Amino acid sequence: MTVAPTKFETLRLEGVSRDFGTFNALKNLDLTIRRGEFVALLGPSGCGKTTALNCIAGLLDVTGGRIMLDDARIDTLRPEERGFGMVFQNYALFPHMNVRRNVGFGLKMRGVPKPEIDRRVDEVLATVRLTSQADKLPGQLSGGQQQRVAIARAIVIAPPLVLMDEPLSNLDAKLRLEMRGEIRRIHQSLGSTTIYVTHDQEEALSLADRIVVIREGVIRQVGTPAELFGAPAHLDVADFMGFRNRVPGRVIGRDGDFVTLDVGDGARLVGKPRDGVDDGAAAIAMARPDDLVPIDAATGIPAEIETIEYRGREYHGLARTAAGLEVFFSSPTALARGAKIRLGADPDRVLVYPEEPR
Amino acid sequence: MFAARTPLSTRLWVAGVWLFVAFFVVNLFGLIGSVLTSSFATRWLGTWLPAGFTTKWYFAAWDEFQLGDVLWVTFQVVGSVVALSGLVGVPAAYALARREFPAKKAVMLLLLLPLLVPPVTYGIPLATVLYKSGLGGSLAGVILANLVPTVPFVVLVMIPFIEQIDPRIEAAARVFGASTPKVFVYVLVPILLPGVLAALLLVLVRTIAMFELTFLVAGPGSQTLVVALYYAVFAAGVRAVQSIDAMAVIYMITTLVWLIIALRFVNPTQIVARAKRSNT
Amino acid sequence: MSAAPSARRTEGPTLTQKLRARGLDGVTLLVLPCVVVAVALFVYPFLYGLWLSFHPKAGGDALTNYERFFSDPFLSKTIWTTLRLALPVTLLNLLIAVPIAFRVRLMKHQRLLTTILVLPITLGTVLIAEGMLFYFGPQGWFTRSLMWLGVLSHPLHIVHGYWGVFLSLVIAIFPFTFLLTLSYVTGIDPSLEQAAATLGASPAARFREVYLPLLLPGLAITFCLSFVQAFSVLPSAVLVGDPANTTRVISIAAYQAAFEEYDYSLASAIAMIMGAVQLVVVVVILGGRTLLYRGPVAAAKG
Repeated sequence: MTVAPTKFETLRLEGVSRDFGTFNALKNLDLTIRRGEFVALLGPSGCGKTTALNCIAGLLDVTGGRIMLDDARIDTLRPEERGFGMVFQNYALFPHMNVRRNVGFGLKMRGVPKPEIDRRVDEVLATVRLTSQADKLPGQLSGGQQQRVAIARAIVIAPPLVLMDEPLSNLDAKLRLEMRGEIRRIHQSLGSTTIYVTHDQEEALSLADRIVVIREGVIRQVGTPAELFGAPAHLDVADFMGFRNRVPGRVIGRDGDFVTLDVGDGARLVGKPRDGVDDGAAAIAMARPDDLVPIDAATGIPAEIETIEYRGREYHGLARTAAGLEVFFSSPTALARGAKIRLGADPDRVLVYPEEPR
Repeated sequence: MFAARTPLSTRLWVAGVWLFVAFFVVNLFGLIGSVLTSSFATRWLGTWLPAGFTTKWYFAAWDEFQLGDVLWVTFQVVGSVVALSGLVGVPAAYALARREFPAKKAVMLLLLLPLLVPPVTYGIPLATVLYKSGLGGSLAGVILANLVPTVPFVVLVMIPFIEQIDPRIEAAARVFGASTPKVFVYVLVPILLPGVLAALLLVLVRTIAMFELTFLVAGPGSQTLVVALYYAVFAAGVRAVQSIDAMAVIYMITTLVWLIIALRFVNPTQIVARAKRSNT
Repeated sequence: MSAAPSARRTEGPTLTQKLRARGLDGVTLLVLPCVVVAVALFVYPFLYGLWLSFHPKAGGDALTNYERFFSDPFLSKTIWTTLRLALPVTLLNLLIAVPIAFRVRLMKHQRLLTTILVLPITLGTVLIAEGMLFYFGPQGWFTRSLMWLGVLSHPLHIVHGYWGVFLSLVIAIFPFTFLLTLSYVTGIDPSLEQAAATLGASPAARFREVYLPLLLPGLAITFCLSFVQAFSVLPSAVLVGDPANTTRVISIAAYQAAFEEYDYSLASAIAMIMGAVQLVVVVVILGGRTLLYRGPVAAAKG
């Protein structure tokens, strides 16, 4: 007996805040999610992404703002009235019920007649390929199987919205890749709106239609995976998306879409500026380790190699400049520790950000 | 559980539950309070509060029930029980935590039984044996009887505590040249000390309050405070109620002092017999 | 350059090493004093008592004591009298403990409440009995308050009867039952309830479908432990009960046999019967428990 509408066009968080005593976990979030989208909430531990998910699910109250489903306000509804499907990080499978009863639980709560429950459970178990495990208890299943039961349980009720809280974090690397494929496949065949919480940017990039980067309770950027991978809007987002190199410098020239930075020791870096980078001002150039390579030019950043490790296709290393700055680079050939090299990058792969306000 | 929008029926239920808890607590304090008040009363018949207050009953009770001697007996019994169960129980707990040997399950069961079987059930046969061997009614007999539940208690409380300590710490000490006595003094004792203290405090509190075993085994000169209190209440018709209540208050204070000290180190739940939490 | 293989015979493990491999060394011996205490002061008296019960004081065959117990209503009735007290007390304690434990597990300052509840356990049945004599008596605050509020028109006859003992057992044992129940309730992963809620389960359905099945095995154990305590009641049956008649419990019969009639044989027999009845009840409850799910109550292997 759900009270929330079963089909919707938009889910809107309007000024949503959540406080725990004096700690502000969520600060005035505004977000719109459209039907059928796969949205990833991405951020480091403690940023508030799971809090946001719990507020949407109704497991936590919002302390400010509201959550709207089309024109209906849902943040005042109890979780059992919202009708969303949720996959928990630890799966939360009922240990005393077998797979069939676990998956059918939501349908039973809705008063669906037993033959119908059996039919739909069989259908969804086939979708997640667990038909042979239907009578087992969760304790008898492997991690990956338990995960699929959790997903089956959430989607069998045909919810308008599926919430997933870091469902892959408890699995080993190989299984994670496999299950990622499963989740993508299920989303494509069912088309249900999904909100997926993760701290793994690779996961977010591979699964989501849109990514919401959250940090310290605030939304830092919303965009497609390509937008976030190639053009993070802020320094901290870039840092999170793998731009490990932070080279401070001063803007000394501008040419079309690029600016040139003087980064000290006679070295120069050219990159694409983001908003707020002014001529003559201090700025920070960010580049991925893959994109910072040894070059012959005299304008390369001089540094001494501290460590170098073999990565199969290439070598990754850590070098230190005379000023003590750590830079992460990659090289197609092996280099000696202690060697002095010059590093540079393709301007298309370098992003320049204004210096962080103090 | 999910706050703010709880339905009325849940709210009434919650209110009802808390009302009952309050009722229980209020009556408990009323019970204790009436004993306390009565012990200070000059006369208390038919009125809400006594006619007047005095401390004379405490002195009267001290003489009448020979509380000085009784407290000394209690102190000896409790002290011996605490010391002995510690000396016997802690090394045994260490052995059980660190070694797997063929009869281990049998030993664990043997130690679990005295905690599961209520004192009266094994107390009667125990008293019989003690009386037949001439220890009945003596201080030694009371001490021995009280050891039966306390030694297993110490062992069962200490085992998980010791299991939590990484055995590699001891191995590391040996690798660095420590002999067994040195390992004991420099490594084990300091780490174990808080746990041992906690366990012994619990034994102390439980032994002060242990009625049945002492009752079945004690003679006139070896009664602990709680047993003496029982006899006083039992023969209540003969004595003034206030002096009995004064004795009861002295007993209460004795227990509560140690309870408060114990609670600084220990969670209240541990005073209860260790719950069988294993999933069998 | 290869060395010629040595002709030395390799020796097998020494006796000490073999023993150590099986877990027996000097440290294991530390268990001995403990085992000695348990055997000498628990097992031996129990076996001796059993033996003694088959050797009646006044002569006769092995089962004389037991026959006497069951043929003399003054003695045999004590089983029923004690069960009549212990079973309802335990059931009531459990019924009250569960909802209260459910509320308390959500509390932030549990320790204060649990400390207060530990008081009756620490103070013990004797003190509670002494307090009850006055507090629930005709002049006590309890009776006075209820009469003043108009709830009662004349004092309730609580003490010196069945209800006195009933009440003292509830006061003394409820905290124990409650703390055990609380530990079982808090051992259930809260995410299970959350999952049930997102799937549409009302609070009642969450309790019925998720909590109760997972709690029942633990509650069965709690029942057994609380029951055996209640069944062996002694001081309160005397002090606030009617020990000659309606609250003549089995431990009184055993005590009288031992210390008033000096018939240790009969007393041992009664103690054995007492143990047997407790065992029967425990076995029945635990037998029912094996039919339930008894596995881990955490949510996943994760």
